[in-house]
Amino acid sequence: MVTLEDLNTPKKNTWCPRCGNFGILMAFKKALMQLNLERDQVVLVSGIGCHGKMVNYVNVNGLHGIHGRVLPLATGIKLVNPSLTVVGFAGDADCYDEGWGHFSHAIRRNIDTTLIVHNNMVLGLTTGQTTATSQRGFKTKSTPFGSILPALNPVAHALVSNGTFVARGYSGDVEHLTSLMVEAIKHRGFALLDVFQPCVTFNYLNTYDWFHQRVYKLEEEEHDYTDRQKALEKSFEWGDRIPIGIFCKKEKPTYRDNLPHVKGMSLTKVPITDVDITPLLESMT
Amino acid sequence: MIVNKISVMIGGEAGAGITRSGFLFAKVCLRGGLHVFGTSDYQSLIRGGHNFYVVRADAEEIYSQTDAIDVLLALNKETFHLHRDELVSGGGILCDGEELGLTDRSLGRDDLKLYSVPLKRFVEELNGALIMRNTVALGAVVALLSYDLEILNGVIRDTFKPKVAILNVKAAKMGYDYAREHYAADFDYRLEGRSSAGKQKIFLTGNEAVGLGAVRAGCRFFAAYPMTPATPLLHFMAPLNREYGMIVVPAESEIAAINMVAGGSFAGVRTMTATSGGGFCLMSEGLGMTGMTETPVVVMLAQRPGPSTGLPTYSGQGDLRFAIHASQGEFPRLIIAPGDVEECFYKTMEAFNLAEKFQIPAILITDKYLVESHGETEPFDQSKIQVDRGLLLIEDEYTGEEEYRRHKITENGVSLRAMPGTKGTIVRTNADEHNESGYTTEDPELTAKMVDKRFRKVDALIKDLENYETVKLYGHEEADVTIVGWGSTKGPIREAMKLLLQEGLKTNYLQIIYLDPFPVANVRKVLNSTKTTVVVENNKTSQLSSLIRQHLLMPVNHKILKYDGRPFNPGKLSQRIKEVL
Repeated sequence: MVTLEDLNTPKKNTWCPRCGNFGILMAFKKALMQLNLERDQVVLVSGIGCHGKMVNYVNVNGLHGIHGRVLPLATGIKLVNPSLTVVGFAGDADCYDEGWGHFSHAIRRNIDTTLIVHNNMVLGLTTGQTTATSQRGFKTKSTPFGSILPALNPVAHALVSNGTFVARGYSGDVEHLTSLMVEAIKHRGFALLDVFQPCVTFNYLNTYDWFHQRVYKLEEEEHDYTDRQKALEKSFEWGDRIPIGIFCKKEKPTYRDNLPHVKGMSLTKVPITDVDITPLLESMT
Repeated sequence: MIVNKISVMIGGEAGAGITRSGFLFAKVCLRGGLHVFGTSDYQSLIRGGHNFYVVRADAEEIYSQTDAIDVLLALNKETFHLHRDELVSGGGILCDGEELGLTDRSLGRDDLKLYSVPLKRFVEELNGALIMRNTVALGAVVALLSYDLEILNGVIRDTFKPKVAILNVKAAKMGYDYAREHYAADFDYRLEGRSSAGKQKIFLTGNEAVGLGAVRAGCRFFAAYPMTPATPLLHFMAPLNREYGMIVVPAESEIAAINMVAGGSFAGVRTMTATSGGGFCLMSEGLGMTGMTETPVVVMLAQRPGPSTGLPTYSGQGDLRFAIHASQGEFPRLIIAPGDVEECFYKTMEAFNLAEKFQIPAILITDKYLVESHGETEPFDQSKIQVDRGLLLIEDEYTGEEEYRRHKITENGVSLRAMPGTKGTIVRTNADEHNESGYTTEDPELTAKMVDKRFRKVDALIKDLENYETVKLYGHEEADVTIVGWGSTKGPIREAMKLLLQEGLKTNYLQIIYLDPFPVANVRKVLNSTKTTVVVENNKTSQLSSLIRQHLLMPVNHKILKYDGRPFNPGKLSQRIKEVL
């Protein structure tokens, strides 16, 4: 049985006090405990940004990669060894800006991995610039007169890309977030969990108070997550009320399901010392 | 009469089956016991334009195309106009004269022979697709050269599906009979094949040889985004995935590809990606990550002329310095440049072994001329190189006394690599500078220690490379001139050496195969005892010369450079060597 203590690491946490990341960190540890996953069977992949330090704070296997590339890294790991539980962590800039090119493809491939996005709508570790999810008018060092762009809607994008698990959580509600993480990790296929995470230092707009006043839970309004159309409608809800919870969940064949020759097989277990290429050589005479 | 020494060019529009036909003809020569070489030239378009393929066959061992052609198989008029002047005196043009409007009088040279065969009419008689005219033409070429039609039939049967093969055998016979009837014994060239030679040798491209090397080395995961001239490697690997238990992913970009294979390698299997210069640019950051995280990957960089898009379907060697320096920061890497199809196979296997043994990225630097030309070789010896996975924990459980640390500081810098999922280990790595356990660090002392740890692997690697053929020396020990090169220039250089010897000039040739770490001792040993050195490269700035100067503090005497996208031809190369001396 994995305990909270097992999951702690000796690394000193360097996030700002009250940072929204703490809620995500706690929820993830709780989810691992609830799922009773062995530490050595879980791989945490993170990108660059404040979120990237997750690798330092959870004592499971970890790959702290480069900016924006959490999804292809997680893809490679899971394809090779499907017995691992692979959970990617990215930031909004990491995934929705730098790594946006991988987003729809990862959803399309439906590889049995989870992506948890620390969405604080600002670049934190670079000291405050706008990101893809920053709201119009948001003033930062890179947009001193206010952002002139509408925010990108990752939940809607995931839904129209046929995402098989699309959810949004809020780090201010750790219990709810934990249950979403449990569902996301359990989901057989690619799971997106976008998480509102207040940046207490650089986001003066989307604060704990701001979110507290707005978020409501989809399940409390009996949202039918098998209805993608309805989910899409919900994904555009923004303003006084913002939904969190599971927007859409639907099981579909995973990428590996379509590769029957390696079904359920971990490629790491296949001996490679004597691969015979004689038939190939014969075909070239 | 010239026997068993011929160069045949097949030319026409893109999409007309030029490469396929050239390949078939080369195989016909190979199965007759001749030595063969085949190279293609095509433009960046799908239909139209001008493509050609040159097959050279000889009773003696050959390494490249020659400067001239003996037979021009022209599928369109443009081919005739573009290549007429490359034909030797007494050379023959085989075409559908009626269709192209070509007659003896319109040739414009009276030392050429026109062999017109009604290719199109025969195909129509057979109710076949127009592309089958190529087979008619091949039949006619076989007749012109008084060669054995049965060998061609055998190749056709091995290449096409049964129904298509039957039709093609008929087509070949029509061309053969027509040429026999009209042009028997008129041509001064003959091939005397021994059909008994049969299927002893293999004939393949550099891409295919690299692919075979990867499969044999146990590559389990290949991800790539198409880019000429590396695309055929993706095409080679993709259909093999089922039989060989691999996963081949067409990635959304080169950035995705390098990161996917890095992830796959971190998970514990041998992985590879392939691209050309533009894609390699995109891979640079990921490559640096594999250096920092000590994750072994093999990358084939198949060069084409740059900068930027350059000449997308042509050849060059302008990316050597780029491969050596790609990505920010300093980290150990391996760069290997095979020079022929045989080396493409064996060096790929070495790349996989060394990448894992030293937990570094290995770059196979090739180019269009090498990976898309066909070469002949003995079937590869599968027992020659054994798979060596280095310090990799393959057991299900780690039972070491101390806690497992992925980046443990060791004497030679190599740490025990465990796969995530191994009981009793937490495998953590980090693109940020990290401590032995993979946790991020910014500590100055530890940073320097970890840099040193990674660079001790270079010392260990250099020592290990003493067991490898990092350079090869061909030719006379006591030579007047030493030619120095790397990669695909090997073939033309070896041909040029033959020509120079005929003129009384003794040369030898130093082929540098391992370019990083640079085999300083081996190169010095040769260059210390040379009279004159000539560096031959397909680039503008002679990047190899600069490496020699950098590592040996030694200038080279002469440089012969070519940067027009085309490989050296041996005749012109030997001329230029004489000129610089």
